[in-house]
Amino acid sequence: MSTQTSPTPSAASPATAPPAPAGGLNVSRTTATAARVLRQLRHDPRTIALLMLVPCLMLFLLRYVFDGSPRTFDNIGASLLGIFPLITMFLVTSIATLRERTSGTLERLLAMPLGKGDLIAGYALAFGALAIVQSALATALAVWFLDLDVTGSPWLLLLVALLDALLGTALGLFVSAFAASEFQAVQFMPAVIFPQLLLCGLFAARDTMHPALEAVSDVLPMSYAVDGMNEVLRHTEMTATFVRDVLIVAGCALLVLFLGAATLRRRTP
Amino acid sequence: MMNFRPGSRPPDREARESEKQSPRGTAPGIRGGSGAPGGSASTQGSGGHGDPAEAAAPAVRAQDLSVVRGPRTVLRTLDFTVPRGQITGLLGPSGCGKSTLMRAVVGTQAKVTGTLDVLGRPAGHPALRTRIGYVTQAPSVYDDLTVRQNLDYFAAILDPGRAAADRRHENVTRAIADVDLTTHADALAGNLSGGQRSRVSLAVALLGTPELLVLDEPTVGLDPVLRRDLWNLFHDIAETRGATLLISSHVMDEAERCHRLLLMREGGILADATPDALLTRTGADTVEAAFLHLVDAATQTAREKESTR
Repeated sequence: MSTQTSPTPSAASPATAPPAPAGGLNVSRTTATAARVLRQLRHDPRTIALLMLVPCLMLFLLRYVFDGSPRTFDNIGASLLGIFPLITMFLVTSIATLRERTSGTLERLLAMPLGKGDLIAGYALAFGALAIVQSALATALAVWFLDLDVTGSPWLLLLVALLDALLGTALGLFVSAFAASEFQAVQFMPAVIFPQLLLCGLFAARDTMHPALEAVSDVLPMSYAVDGMNEVLRHTEMTATFVRDVLIVAGCALLVLFLGAATLRRRTP
Repeated sequence: MMNFRPGSRPPDREARESEKQSPRGTAPGIRGGSGAPGGSASTQGSGGHGDPAEAAAPAVRAQDLSVVRGPRTVLRTLDFTVPRGQITGLLGPSGCGKSTLMRAVVGTQAKVTGTLDVLGRPAGHPALRTRIGYVTQAPSVYDDLTVRQNLDYFAAILDPGRAAADRRHENVTRAIADVDLTTHADALAGNLSGGQRSRVSLAVALLGTPELLVLDEPTVGLDPVLRRDLWNLFHDIAETRGATLLISSHVMDEAERCHRLLLMREGGILADATPDALLTRTGADTVEAAFLHLVDAATQTAREKESTR
């Protein structure tokens, strides 16, 4: 990128431009990357089982923890449907991309004609697909078997869950650039996710917090993920607040994905 | 053991035996010597002139090349060329800057200054990404994919699109055969031995018929039979595909299998010559002895300079 390998007169006529790796996405390379990520996971059935079953198990536990107060389960359950995909995808992506960095495959890929966007989009696609299955399972379980009382459409719950998963993937990709080892990557989970978890309105309504914390929670994306879930819980129609929440979460995911792409360097020290 | 299919490749190297006198795996004294290799001739920085195959520009040309890593200057104002269509060995002790030099050529090294042209373009130019095959020292493949799945993926990056599927399949099968892993094609890379994994990594670099192969210690830790087979493969690639190979090693006895040598030490180039010219110049029997001779001579000169100061 920013090296000073001075171009010599003999070199580089711009007329013979290469297949541009920078701007546009290459669809086949992106899907090949997504297929590769999923294929890697397929060789690891235990991870898949954990990804799919743990959120369901948690919801199941929660339902009977709040056996006496179904209202509380409605509130927390709906919020958690949005939070689980974010957390699991964050963890999986940060470790997966860290492995890609440390195994040398990232260096190899970036020495090949793979655009950074292709790689990031490939990851987002693969984990997004996984998140759809995970969220569908959790939402179905909550709505049909655990009597989660949702006023709005379960499809909207699924939509928010998917966007949350994308946000998690994006954050994981971004954070893995700052982790030198798996130990550090795992520690980023409490560092990045827990503050959001505390401030997102799950434990106390955001407008009852200390004004300073409320202000902080206003700029954290998870607050809007939980808000969105609660909108679906309480309203039959898509409200303006819901649309705003969804757009904010999607916008944050995109923004962080771009930031993540910017952390990929073709030339490293 | 190895599968060579010269018939399927461009027959553009008819005169190969006469022009390169294939040093493949035999005793030293491979090269009859182009011109009189008088001991006096300076080998430093000679651009491979005198080789009849050198009509084209060199594959790699470095002038004043320096690389800084952290506080350390790893490569110091290097000048060298790597001729096309030949095997150039990059030899030197561990930590002398071989890998950094290779990363600079491939375009993955940051903080490179000076001029470094690769295949007629500045190193790291996007157009070079399909034309260079690169193998890092540690095998860089996905341990949780099979050999074939690994290659399928990298092939899809090099040559994307559904239309190219048949060509890709052919390429992948050939690359697996080239490194003699056909019987392991469906094994997970993580379950293979170290030597097998490094061959998977090598196979990735052979995809897409690159013009320049940059191989960082590809034969380290392999048994002698496999090492011989790989060197035969390298020679086959140079001769039948006309590719240029830059191969690093810290095992000096591999030097005799190269057409040209770049001897490195402490971020500088000690010698740039054919193995024969090197032996003649230093009067040594082996490349290792020649290397030691050059190191001693360099230390001597440095000491003399210091004492005259």
